[in-house]
Amino acid sequence: MSKVTAAIVGSGNIGTDLMAKLLRSKRIELRYMVGVDPGSKGLQRATAAGVEASAAGVDWLLDRDELPELVFEATSASAHLDNASRYAEVGVQAVDLTPAAVGPYVVPVVNLTEHLDAPNVNMITCGGQATIPIVAAVTRVVPVPYAEIVASISSRSAGPGTRANIDEFTETTAKGIEVVGGARRGKAVIVLNPAEPPLIMRDTVFCAIPADADRTAVTTSIEEMVASVQRYVPGYRLKAEPQYDEPREGWDGHARVAVFLEVEGNGDYLPPYAGNLDIMTAAAAAVGEELARARTEVPA
Amino acid sequence: MTLRSHTPEQFDEARYDVRITDSTLRDGSHAMAHTFTEAHVRATVRALDDAGIPVIEVTHGDGLGGSSFNYGFSKTDELDLVMVAADEAKQARIAVLLLPGVGTVEDLCRARDRGASVVRIATHCTEADISIQQFGLARELGMETVGFLMLSHMITPEQLAKQARIMADAGCQCVYVVDSAGALVLEDAGDRVAALVAELGDAAQVGFHGHNNLAMGVANSVLAVRAGARQIDGATRALGAGSGNAPTEVLAAVFDRLGVRTGLDVGGMLRAAEEVVRPFMLREPVIDRNAIIMGYAGVYSSFLLHAERAAARYDVPAHEILTEVGRRRYVGGQEDMIIDIAIELSKQRAGAR
Repeated sequence: MSKVTAAIVGSGNIGTDLMAKLLRSKRIELRYMVGVDPGSKGLQRATAAGVEASAAGVDWLLDRDELPELVFEATSASAHLDNASRYAEVGVQAVDLTPAAVGPYVVPVVNLTEHLDAPNVNMITCGGQATIPIVAAVTRVVPVPYAEIVASISSRSAGPGTRANIDEFTETTAKGIEVVGGARRGKAVIVLNPAEPPLIMRDTVFCAIPADADRTAVTTSIEEMVASVQRYVPGYRLKAEPQYDEPREGWDGHARVAVFLEVEGNGDYLPPYAGNLDIMTAAAAAVGEELARARTEVPA
Repeated sequence: MTLRSHTPEQFDEARYDVRITDSTLRDGSHAMAHTFTEAHVRATVRALDDAGIPVIEVTHGDGLGGSSFNYGFSKTDELDLVMVAADEAKQARIAVLLLPGVGTVEDLCRARDRGASVVRIATHCTEADISIQQFGLARELGMETVGFLMLSHMITPEQLAKQARIMADAGCQCVYVVDSAGALVLEDAGDRVAALVAELGDAAQVGFHGHNNLAMGVANSVLAVRAGARQIDGATRALGAGSGNAPTEVLAAVFDRLGVRTGLDVGGMLRAAEEVVRPFMLREPVIDRNAIIMGYAGVYSSFLLHAERAAARYDVPAHEILTEVGRRRYVGGQEDMIIDIAIELSKQRAGAR
């Protein structure tokens, strides 16, 4: 089987961790790694791994005789806004790990098959990748008028991009909960915790559900979804069984299911506590796999 | 209701030593389980305004956008409460709280449109850099800015001063040492304020926000002023998270006795406490086991009601939950972890039986 060629743009932490994952892929051949800093460790690692690397940016990449079929963007939202149209012009399909949201939001286990042909897909946020599968697991059983997520991450794993624009996280995640998760209204909260040793990423998902919802069916759906996510994020797990609370004042007659998640990273390049970063790169790699499969499989 | 165009007289710094901000209608939201009504707000603002309080904070306890499963839903939309407060105040300015990661700058714009003119932007004490964007925008909106370094007991005065510098450089006009856990004891508070004053110089003022879990709210506020703090928070009748805040009416009386000029009318504050706030309080803040544990273990004060609720739901003692929260060093905003701990404790108990 011939592999689909790919490039990573952005040689920072995310790009370097993603490289480790793509190098294991049976469907993707990572051909290029692009950065802007000649001293970048990520570029050195790429060269050592036999991946053609350059600090000359996207210009260099688009100047190659053989362009990649896929590009993974691990830069910043503003950089991707500049690059997206350039990829599209030359027919390179983009997997966007920034919050630029040029293309449709995708969560591999929820809606990827709807967007296999999109020229550009967006990976939402780390909190979104961790929690939207659970929201979707509930909404496929019962209607959810409101879903809320709280993402707790270690301070060390919050990069300068997240810190400089934290509203981007809350707003993008909330929108993803609605558009991909299927909740009528979404809300997201992010909390940074500086405790040492660093705490492993924790996410809590609260969904308003009908008071008479079939709770066994909801729990089963959640457990199945967790197993599906574990296929690409082995350290994704329930911290406790889903908790049900009866309707309270202020809940508009709804009951509530609360789901407590822990996301431990694979430790490919980033430390295991940084599950928030790992789930992003793991989800992007999973998206890449699916896009590659769609390109190589002969339509039935 | 028409929104009065609001250009209050600036608090005259030359005439007073310390500016008091009353946080009853924000910190008290925790103790009231976020059930403040427009009537509560109108009556409280009127009484505080009459007593000379220059700044009144009105928001969900966890700041703009705090109404949620995790922190508790507001009975009345906080933006409506802000609007009512701004309408009622004659001289006082209305402040709102914003925690980056919970509320957004969009929420802030909405609050400003409803009459808020001061924003207090709060981060955990080590994470000041997540507030830079918000301070910049607040200044562009023409708002007065205050920075809140929460759970200030968790780091040294020197470390805290560095974080204060980040806020000041971002456009913050007064950085508060916030004793969210009521864990600071006397010099712990004074030394932190002094470190911030030394670091900030003329770049920004320094403030102090005290809680009563170890009964230090007022005493710490006095030491804060002696260390150079120019702004102090109180809550009328101590109505705030945990065992409450430094009571504003006590601060008024104590500062008067000490010759520290606040511009407050002591009699007016006593009336506000006794005749306006006390009658609508759901519970009197008390320094009981749970509260003392919070001060002693360094737990964010607003966790109290959440721990009590989880304790009842999972049949485990609230003080054990709070002790564990302190041990794990959870920070403000991580209320969901309380349920998590309660489940674990409940399982341990079942296993032990």
